[in-house]
Order: sequence, then C-alpha cells, then structure tokens
Amino acid sequence: MFVPGNNPGMMQDAFIYGPDSIMLDLEDSVTMAEKDTARLLVYNALKSIDYGNTEMVVRINPLSTPYGKKDIEAVVKAGVDVIRMPKTETAEEVVEVEREIEKVEKEIGCLGRTQIMAAIESALGVVNAYAIATASKRMMGIALGAEDYSANLKTQRTPGGAELLLARETIVVAARAAGIAALDTVYSNLNDMETFRKEVELIKTLGFDGKSIINPRQIEVVNEVFTPSEKAIEKSKTILAAIKEAEQRGSGVIAVNGKMIDRPVVLRAQRTIDLAIASGVLTKEDLQ
Amino acid sequence: MEVKNASAGTLESGDILIQIFPSEAEGVQIDLNSTVAYQFGEQIKTVITETLSGLGIDHVAIKATDKGALDCTIRARVTAAAVRATGKDVWA
Repeated sequence: MFVPGNNPGMMQDAFIYGPDSIMLDLEDSVTMAEKDTARLLVYNALKSIDYGNTEMVVRINPLSTPYGKKDIEAVVKAGVDVIRMPKTETAEEVVEVEREIEKVEKEIGCLGRTQIMAAIESALGVVNAYAIATASKRMMGIALGAEDYSANLKTQRTPGGAELLLARETIVVAARAAGIAALDTVYSNLNDMETFRKEVELIKTLGFDGKSIINPRQIEVVNEVFTPSEKAIEKSKTILAAIKEAEQRGSGVIAVNGKMIDRPVVLRAQRTIDLAIASGVLTKEDLQ
Repeated sequence: MEVKNASAGTLESGDILIQIFPSEAEGVQIDLNSTVAYQFGEQIKTVITETLSGLGIDHVAIKATDKGALDCTIRARVTAAAVRATGKDVWA
C-alpha cells in the first residue's frame, strides 16, 4: 500500500489496516520543496514505529536527481526492508543503486540486508525487464507503473487494460524467469470498486503475486481475489499429502481420485497452499 | 552555529509545525501550543531540546504548534527545521 512520505498521520496509521507491505513514498507524492522533510519523516518513522511483520518498502527518487543518494543513505540507515526504484529502464541503473546501498551498508555494518524492487514504467523498461530483474542478487521483485508507462506509449489507461497487456505479461514472464516477485500497478479510481475487482482478477490470472494499492479500502478486494477457495485448499492438501506419501514409498507417479498427478499439478497445489497461508485462512500447523 | 529563521511541518492531524528563530538568550526557549499539552507538554519539549542538542544547536527560540505528533515526527520536523535554519545537512 502506497503511503505518502510527507504525511505523518497516514504513516503512523497505515499498518492498522493490515497490508502485506507498506510503501512509503519519497518520489511522486512529495513536492520538490518538501523532499528534505519527507526523507527525515520516513527515516524517523522507520526507526521508531513498530510495523510488526509488515514488509517496509520506500520508493526513492532516481539517482539522476539531487535526492536519490540521500534517500538511499537515510532509508538504509533506518533499516528498510526494500528500496523501490522508480522508472527503471536498464540493468545499469539497478547496479548503480546497489553500489550506493552497499556503501551505506558497509558503513553501518549490515552488508546485504537491503533488497531492491524495480518499477518498470516505460517501453524501454519493459524491453529490458529480464535484464533488470536479474541485475542484482538483491532484486526481490519488479513492478509495473502504469500511469507513466501509458503516457510513454502515447496512450491512456482504459478499464479493460488492453494497453497494459504486453507490459504485464512481459513483467510476469521476466519475474518468473528470474525467480522473483511480479507486482501490478495501482488502480486510482476509488469510486469504481467493480472495475478494480476485475483488474485484480485479471492480474491474478496473468500470474502476478500482488497488486499495489493506494487506499486501505482496496485491501479487502485484493485479499478476496487472491485467497483460494476452501475447495481449492482441500484439493491441494490432498494432492500434497498424496505426493508426500508417494515419496516415502519411493514412487514417482501417483493418482488422486483417478487423475494422474504430475509436477505442474503439484506446483499449483503448493502455490494454492502458499496463498492460503499468506491470506491467513490456513496456518502451517493446519498442514501437520 | 549561525541560525536563520526557518520552519518545517504542517498543521495537519498527527503532525507538528516547528518554527525556529535565532536568539541571544542562553539555551533553547520553547513556545509550545498543543492540544495534548497537559498530558505530553513536557515530553514534547524534551524531544525538541534533545534533538537540537544532538545537532549542536542552542541559542534558538522555537515555536511549536502540535497536532498530536508522535515523538518520531517531532524529531523529524525539528531536524528538518534545524537543517533549513543552519544549511548544514544531516546526510553525507
């Protein structure tokens, strides 16, 4: 969930709504005149507020601006989990950010702690998606930034999202090939929850791991769409139990309810269980 | 350290507006206006004084208008106002 880095009230309350991840923004939601104050707010919030298990991300300003380096120094010193790079177009940009992160981590003695997520927001970024996704061992995900991308394509966003299809598919494929997460863009119209739900259903079908949101009201819809049904969970549990039993017997091929279970079926079942655990409808103890 | 007039923060809920002025008097003079002054006034003043002390700043007057800011927000706003007042950044 995006939270403006210049709004202390929102920063202190955001985790109450239970997002998986909070993304404090130092870039587009902060005016140039307030970049210095927002950076200090984010630094002090990360140092002091107990966000529990919520993953903490900060979207920094690009290194090509006077703010990027200072943003990295501040948030790495504050112990952020993930730095989100905006408008990433090449692997070299990731390497440059990694170099700055390492410099600060070495200074404070925590080398390797900070992960990187890259937002892809242009045609060039989409063309280079796999190179970006594999540019650093710190890369944990790539995300689509659709507003800038649509503008760069010389088009605009539509409810069906046809203009984003290639970018979305490219990002999912690049992320999967690199073994990292694929995260979808925001949907800004809070008064149209129906189209928002359709978009979440679409990006889940495409293979995304999650969706960026701008308001706590959107959390419930994303969770509903991404939470597997009870029937799917039970089926997956049966498949995984059968596989475990087959492995103990030393048998490679099994059938459940008369259907052969092969590797893709097992991977899908494991994905369903992982999503159920992430959604909070299943615990690891339930699987014992 | 030379200090100019400067400010940081807003009057939104959960925030604090810090205005900083040079002063001839010894130490830090704080004029605090807060909706929670009765319960937290001393704590707010302590955070302001400690933050300025950490930055090596004294001989200043502070006008603080608090709207229920957490300590971390007070530290951020005081630091930002002090950096603007002295021109000396806290980042490398």
